[in-house]
Formats: sequence, structure tokens, C-alpha cells
Amino acid sequence: MAKPAVLTHPESLKRPAGPSEYAKNPVNASMSKADKIALYTKMARIRHFEQRCIRIYQQGKIGGFLHLYVGQEAVAAGTISLLGKHDHIITGYRDHGHGLMVGMGMNECMAELTGRVTGCSQGKGGSMHYFAPDKNYWGGHGIVGGQAPLGTGLAYAVKYMGLKGSCLVYMGDGAVNQGAVHEAYNLASLWDLPVIFVVENNGYSMGTSQERSTAHPGCLAKRAEGYNMAWDVINGHDVYEVRAKTAIALKRAHEESKPTVLEIFTYRYFGHSMADPDKTYRDKEEIKEYREKKDPVLAFEQELLSEKVLTPELSLKINEAAMAEADKAALFADESPDPTVADITKHIYWEEDNRGPKTTSRGTIIFE
Amino acid sequence: MAEIIDMPKLSDTMSVGTLVKWNIKEGQVVAFGDILAEVETDKATMELSCTVPGTILKIYAPAGQQLPVGAPICAIGKKGEAAPEPTAAPAPKAPQTAVPAIPEKAEVSCVPAAPASSGSVTPQSDASRTKASPYAKRMAEKAALNVATLAGSGPGGRVVGRDVAAAASAPAAVAPSGPLNVAVAPPADGKGIQPDADVPVGGMRQTIARRLLESKITVPHFYLEVEVDAAPLMAMRESLNKRLAETGADAIKLSVNDFILKASAEALRRVPAVNASWAGTSIRTHGAVHLSFGVALEDGLVTPVIRDAHAKTLKDIAVEAKALIGKARSKKLTPGEMSGSTFTVTNLGMFGVTGFYGIINVPNAAILSVGATIKKPVVDAQDRMVIGHRMVIGLSGDHRVVDGANAAQFLQALKQLLEEPALMLI
Amino acid sequence: MAVISYREALRAAMREELKRDDKVVIMGEEVAQFNGAYKVTEGLLKEFGPKRIVDTPISEAGFIGLGIGASMLGIRPVMELMFWSFSYVAFDQIVNNAGNIRYMSGGLINCPIVIRGPANGGTNVGATHSHTPEAILASHPGIKVVCPATPYDAKGLMKAAIRDNDPVYVMENTILYNDKGEVPDEDYIVPLGVADVKRVGTDLTIVAHGRAVITSLKAAEILEKEHGVSVEVVDLRSIRPLDEETILASVRKTHRALLVEENKPFCGVDAQVAYLIQSKAFDELDAPIHRVSSIDAPQIYCKRMEDLQMPNVERVVAEALKVLA
Repeated sequence: MAKPAVLTHPESLKRPAGPSEYAKNPVNASMSKADKIALYTKMARIRHFEQRCIRIYQQGKIGGFLHLYVGQEAVAAGTISLLGKHDHIITGYRDHGHGLMVGMGMNECMAELTGRVTGCSQGKGGSMHYFAPDKNYWGGHGIVGGQAPLGTGLAYAVKYMGLKGSCLVYMGDGAVNQGAVHEAYNLASLWDLPVIFVVENNGYSMGTSQERSTAHPGCLAKRAEGYNMAWDVINGHDVYEVRAKTAIALKRAHEESKPTVLEIFTYRYFGHSMADPDKTYRDKEEIKEYREKKDPVLAFEQELLSEKVLTPELSLKINEAAMAEADKAALFADESPDPTVADITKHIYWEEDNRGPKTTSRGTIIFE
Repeated sequence: MAEIIDMPKLSDTMSVGTLVKWNIKEGQVVAFGDILAEVETDKATMELSCTVPGTILKIYAPAGQQLPVGAPICAIGKKGEAAPEPTAAPAPKAPQTAVPAIPEKAEVSCVPAAPASSGSVTPQSDASRTKASPYAKRMAEKAALNVATLAGSGPGGRVVGRDVAAAASAPAAVAPSGPLNVAVAPPADGKGIQPDADVPVGGMRQTIARRLLESKITVPHFYLEVEVDAAPLMAMRESLNKRLAETGADAIKLSVNDFILKASAEALRRVPAVNASWAGTSIRTHGAVHLSFGVALEDGLVTPVIRDAHAKTLKDIAVEAKALIGKARSKKLTPGEMSGSTFTVTNLGMFGVTGFYGIINVPNAAILSVGATIKKPVVDAQDRMVIGHRMVIGLSGDHRVVDGANAAQFLQALKQLLEEPALMLI
Repeated sequence: MAVISYREALRAAMREELKRDDKVVIMGEEVAQFNGAYKVTEGLLKEFGPKRIVDTPISEAGFIGLGIGASMLGIRPVMELMFWSFSYVAFDQIVNNAGNIRYMSGGLINCPIVIRGPANGGTNVGATHSHTPEAILASHPGIKVVCPATPYDAKGLMKAAIRDNDPVYVMENTILYNDKGEVPDEDYIVPLGVADVKRVGTDLTIVAHGRAVITSLKAAEILEKEHGVSVEVVDLRSIRPLDEETILASVRKTHRALLVEENKPFCGVDAQVAYLIQSKAFDELDAPIHRVSSIDAPQIYCKRMEDLQMPNVERVVAEALKVLA
């Protein structure tokens, strides 16, 4: 290919991998050694979970679509590591990383992929539909951009209830052309809602590069200006930078109840989904370059090694543990039972699942 | 169990039919409504549709053969079942009694073949698949009626609920029924008054058996009786008939029964509660009096209906009754002429029976049973013993619809009308 | 018992629920300052203030989606669509999000949202503003749809809808907004999924919903007077859940059924009702089930023709007589 089709952070690729200029940023400097190891561990867990999924998918145990997060770990890790009790998140279909970041177990995540009743959605959602509302994680949405209005509504609810919180709405770069996203932008800004729209820009909307899909003034975040919203661009290969810049947006949400659009440059190593031949729209060289030069997990490992927070031994231990955990999860998913035929008609209606004197519905609601 | 299909009666005058063509073969699986064969009647070539789903076990008659109505033509049953063998062919010249000799246990076929003997069924002129509503089919099943024998009044001749209801209230339709095992020692002297035999019964007898049994079992009958001074009625009848006779050759002659019919219609007008039907969860009151009366036939009984009797004069009723009786005896009554009654009058007076109680003709709420007028000593208003002309009238009532008091009021009104017959003219 | 209009009944339901539960929020285009495009929400802004009564931009996908998201966290939004015809630009939100979230989360997330507004033809506004999407939406498990025909039902169903923990779509009718009827002063709800026999009869069952109920009642009157036919009119009130038992009980009584709706015929609500009757009361039928629905074309603009396109009393009477043949 003549030129890289990927819209990148103006600085990120030019700068050689090395110590992060955001290491000294207060949100990062204030992290304890344990915090940093924990953050690294989470990123490693996402990576190993996703890579384990590939095998299971190839064994034919995962049906439908499988969208992997490998390469984008720093985005979920950096942003979610900052969140507090009243901060919520919602995302699109590339949702495994966010789920593991909020604390979902590998077992329930893996079992959901193989359609088991032990899955986080009891085998009813699948890869694109992870949910953990008890951890402020509202999915996992399959339709591009559809989560944007919902996340705006979550932020609205937080504000309505008088809580100091926010909602981070993740989406890919392809989602920015969806009408629902623009409507959400407008409402968020119009009503001063504490939303942070996180555009995880991995360069391709499915198999179409940005150049071929999106009109923009140099970056996608700048569209926020049309809605009188604050915006920023972030090098998504540096988890410290992600944290540092997200913290500003979070403060804006918490203190001023104002929305922000953050465009985080990142890269996915695998296809849009496992069904993507990944040959027609990008070079292998391009992928190789990102893997070698910009990998967020390796970069953070280097960072922590140089900070003496991590030792190679500890790193190895962390990675081995993550792999073992993923193996165990695969086994758990294998051994878990399927939902039953009777389960097909459960969880459709609250009122149906909880019929009693107080419910407001009678009559037939599940039809033959 | 295998069913024998016999030559159907496909027109009102058909006695023999020719199997023009078989559309099926032995061993073939047939469904309800499938066309089995083409049959040429005296009028046209018609299609014979299947009413017994199953496998064709045996074809008894080849194409081209002419057969009397009722002769076995094929057998339908379960695959692999042995086909019953008919033992004798019926007499072709006597379709009225042309009941094929059916092997033991074989049931009367439910092919839409109305027995000629009843003369009371109008088979569909188009013998293709009988159209009947699901509800009508269910009703018919309950009433052990075959919808294929009913005339449909719905769109395109569809048999609907009201047709079954009407048929169920007229002893008209074919109803199959299994034989009953009755073991009785033969006459000791070997002679007896008649041979020991199982005489197959015709459709009319079946219907009478079923309908009256059903009525007697399911309807809570109660009985009232009143004795009427028939002298004024006799006098009036004599005088009227004398005058009528003078009017000419086509003059009608009024029967006692005509007066009773007219008086019944009038009495129902006065006590309309009796002109009603039990409808399961409601009582259906009827605006019109459709008066049915029993006509004894050689082989049974039919009950033709005088419609809107409440609006008819004595003369109208007499004329209509006479016509209906004539049709009944010549077996020309249509199902319509035998259905939809709201009240029934029976009369055994001509046999000298002095009093009796009929079984209610469902869905009527009551039946009037009229006895003979007899001379007997009575105590008159001045406490003198005189010769009276007395008639005993019995009423059987459906206690679900009518109570003793309404029924008594009805009889009271009837008695008054009969004892002062001039009131009927008002 | 007060006699109030259908519009007032809806407003009273919302007002009472706003008072009862501070999580209830009214949202929609021009519901607040403008007092509602059809004045259903008139006066609510004044009474409850801008936090509870919220004007939205013309942005159905945005604000309906926002309401769904808010409901996931426990807010109980009552969203007004100026016309249900506009739901089509928010279809992903209405169907995919609200209808599926509970299921896809294995029961972890609920969506207690109410979306309401008029869904009717007959107002001379052309095809784009005359949609009746009750059948389309009710065909999605996870969604509930109700269509009140009277002020009493409008209030009772609206209150039940707001208290319901699932997405409930209330389809109103601009032509009925001024209809008056008795509505109790005390608190009551009409549970979802309970049909109402609006007229008792013995010879024919008419099943209808929404304004078709009113049309059918008028037709029943004529059938009784001019044809001596006793007609029972069953008002579904709720499309999903569906009160199958009331429909079947009526058909078991009359043995004949006519289904009337203002939808277009193909896959309308009555297609489902007809299936129900033939599958569960086949042996009760004394005649084929007939339907009266809008003539199968996009809604015509010309008012004279639109009145003929939709089920009217004459068409219902004529079709009833066919069922009774």
C-alpha cells in the first residue's frame, strides 16, 4: 500500500518507544507500586484472554462473531482504572477488554463466548453482549453507535439523581458516522451531561480505512466543536497518557457536568472480527510495525521495568498466571452446561419472570 | 375397524347408480374429502367423496357396474386389516330395504347416503366433500349426526351450527350405531310369532332412538295434566265443517288436532315462557311459534313444522298441516320442513289412548300430549251427574326452562281456549 | 366519578405517577414549554418544573436512546413521540436496545421505560404520519404494547405502564383525545394483558383495539337494530401481553368472529388473533374468521378516500353480515 491508511496521533508513531512523558503526571505519579502492577496485570490478562479465545474460536466452540481487543488494551485499562463508584461505562461490540477491566471473571466471560449457562449473560448475549451492571458496566452493544444515546442516558440518570459521576461511552472510529452518535453528542452538550465519548480509533471501520469512510478536519475528536464540546486526542499506546488525559475529562464531568470527546489512537492486531480475512485492506507490514514498535502492553512493561516496579521474573509470573487463568476459563467454558430449552423464554420480561400480585401484567406474553 | 362404503344416494330419486370410474386403488391411502369414484345417477354423474380416512382395503364393485343404493362398493380401514366380505347383495328393486348384509361387527357406513326409507333427507346434490364448519362438525359429533347428510344453509352450502341444531331437533338424519348384544332364548315350540332376527334399522329409527334417548336422559322432564271439556269444541268443529263442506269440492275439513294446534299457538302467545329453549348457559326465548306435530308413519315418526303458527288462522293451520301430513306420508318432507320448531303437539287420541306424556322434542321446552275424547260421567256446575265429552291433555316440560307454575298457566290458557273455542277467533 | 377526556385521562395518569414516584420523568418534543403538541402534557411543566418535564430536540434516536439508558439505572422515563410514525428513526433504540437488553444480559438489566404518543391514521396527514406500528413492535419479545380506546382505559393502562418494569409502548389516538368518559377519582390501574368486553352479545364476536373498538361498538348498535344480531365487542386494550382467554371465551360463546383493526392487513395484530382462534377454538367456529382493516396501501392523503381506506361503521357492518351468513 502506498501510504499508511491509518489516521494516527500526530506525534505517536514518530516518537520512539521509551519512557512516557506522562509518567510524572499526578494521576500516574500518585499510583502505588501495587497499583501499577495491578494495572499491568489487568492488561496482560486481557491480552491472554483474547489470545486464548482465538484457539477456542478455531476449535469451533465460539459461534458467531468474535471481535478481539488485542492491541487496544491500554484504552480500556487506562480509562477504567480511573473510575469511581458513580462512573459508568458502556461500549460497542469489542467489549471483552472493558469487561475484564471492570472486574468480570474470565470464567463467566469465556463461558458466555461458548454459549454456556454459566456465562455472564447465561449464554444469551454472546461475545458482543457482555454486561455487569453491578460493576457499572452496561454492555456490550452490537449495533455500531447504538450505545451512544444509552450512555448519554446513563449520564443523565447520574445527574438526575444528583450524584457526582459520569458515563464513559466507548465506540470505534466507524461509529462516528452514525446518526445516533451525533444525536447523543448534541444531547450531551445541550443538557450538560457528564459523558465522556471515547473514540477508540484503530484506523478501520470494519474493513474500510478512515480515509475511505470519514470526512474529518485532521482528527475525529474535533467534530466535538460543532457541538460546543471539549475534546482531546490521546496516544492509546501509552497507558499513562490515556490516564492523564482521561482524568481531565473525568474532572470536567464530575466538577462541571460537561461532556468531552476523547479520540484515542490505537490499533488492533487481528481482523475486525474473526471472520475478517484481514488481507484486503491493510498490509501485514503495518500490523508488524505496530506490534513491534507501539504495543501498549510491552510498552507499559518496559515502563514499569525501567521504573523498577516490575522485574522480568515478576512479569513472567504475571503473564504465566494470566495464561493459566485463561486456560482454566477455557476448561470451565467447556465443562459448563448449555442453557435449557426452558431458559430460552426466561429473562424476556421482568414482569413475566416475577409474576405475582404486584406485577402489572396478565395474559399471554410468550406466544406459541 | 374397517368400514364398508356403499352406493350412496346422490339424488332424491336415485335408486341405483353406476360406478363410472374409480379414482382410487386398493391399498391407496385416502383422506377425508378425497374423491373415491364417479357415480352416475339417474340425473347426472357425480363424485363420491371419502368420509372415512384410511386405506382402501377392498373394492367390491368394478367400474361400469350398476348397483342399488346401499350396496357395498368398497371397504376402508387400517393398512393391513382384512377387508370384510359382504355376504349377500341387496335386492336392486327394493332400495327402501336395501340394507346390505354386513358381516358381523361391521358398522353402518357413514357415507353420505341417506336411506331412502326415511324419505326425509335431502342429500347434497353435489356429493363432493361436504363443507361444514368446525363448530357444526363438533355439534354433529356430539349429536351423533353425520354432517354429510345435512343440508347446509351457510355460504356455498356449508353446514353450519344452526343446520345441525335443526337436524338434531328433527328425527331425520342417519346415525350409525353399533349392534347391541341381546341374548334371548328362542321360542320353545320352535315356531313363535316371528323369526328371531336382528333387523337392521334405518336412519329414521336410529335418529328417533338417539334423539329421544338423549332427551329423556338429559332433559329434566316434569309432567302436568289437565282434563278439558271437549263438548264445545266438538260442537264448533261439527258446525264449521258443515259450513265448509257447503263451500265446494276443495273444501277443507278441520280435525280436532287442527283446533288443538291453533289453541296451542294462542296459549303460547299468552304464556310465552313456554316458547323457549335451554341454551346451555342461557334460556333462549323465541318470538315466533313454530309448531311441530307428530305424524306416525309405518316405520316411524316424523315431526313437520308449521312456521309462524302464532300468526296463522285456524284455516291456514289446517291447510298447512294437511299438506305436511301428505308430504310426510309420501316421504317428501325436506329437512327444513322438519326443523326449527319451538313447541310440539302429539296426539294419540285416534287410537283411543286417554292420556299420556310425550318425550320432549329438544330443544323445545315442552311437548303437549293429546288423548282421545271420551264420554264419561262428570259432575256439572249444578252438581248433577251428566255425560261429559272429556279430553285429557298432558304436558311434559323441561324444568330447566319452565317451572310448574308457567306450565300450569299455559295449560290453564289452553283449557280455556279449548272450552271456549270462539276465543281462538279473537 | 368524573367525566373527562381521553387526553385529560392520560395527563391525570402521568400527573399522579409523577407525584407518586420521583423517578418518573416526562420527556419529548415540545412536552414542556409548548404544553405538548397535542396538549396531553399541558400544565405539567408548571406543576413539576423542568427537571421532571423535559423538552427534547427533534432527535428521536438520541432522546429515546437516552431515556432507555436512564431507565437502565432506575429512572422511569415517559417519552412522548409526537407521532408513533417517528419511532421509525429510533427503531434501533426501541427494538434492539429496549427490547433486548434484559434478555441479552441474562436478566441483569431492566428497562422500565414508557414510550407514548398517537399512532393512528384518519387525520389527513399522509402516509409518513399515519403509521400504526403496534403489530410491528408487538412482534418483538421483550416489548409490551397497549392501545387504549377509552378515557378509563387510557388512564388505567398509562399508570400500569409507568409502574411496569419492562418497556411499554402506549399507542394513543389523536381522534380519541377529545372523547369523554367516566374515570374514577381514586387510584386504579388497568393491568396489561386484560381485554375488556365492551359489549355483550351472543351471535358474533368482534375483536378490536384502539379506535376500531369505537367503530365496532357503533356497528354493533346498527347490527342489533337493523339486523337483529347480537354482537359482542372485545376490546383487546393490550396487544402484548394478549388476553387470549377473553377472546376465546367470547368465540366459544358466539362461534363467529370478526376482527377489526386500523392497521394494514398484512401481518396485522388480527393475523395473530385469527391464528389464535383457529388454533385454540377451531371446533367452535361456525364460519371463517373475517377481518376488517385499512385498505392495503400507504395511507392516502385525500380525506374522503382516507375515511374509506380505514375501517368504518359501514364496512364493519357489511363484513359482520358476511360472517353471519
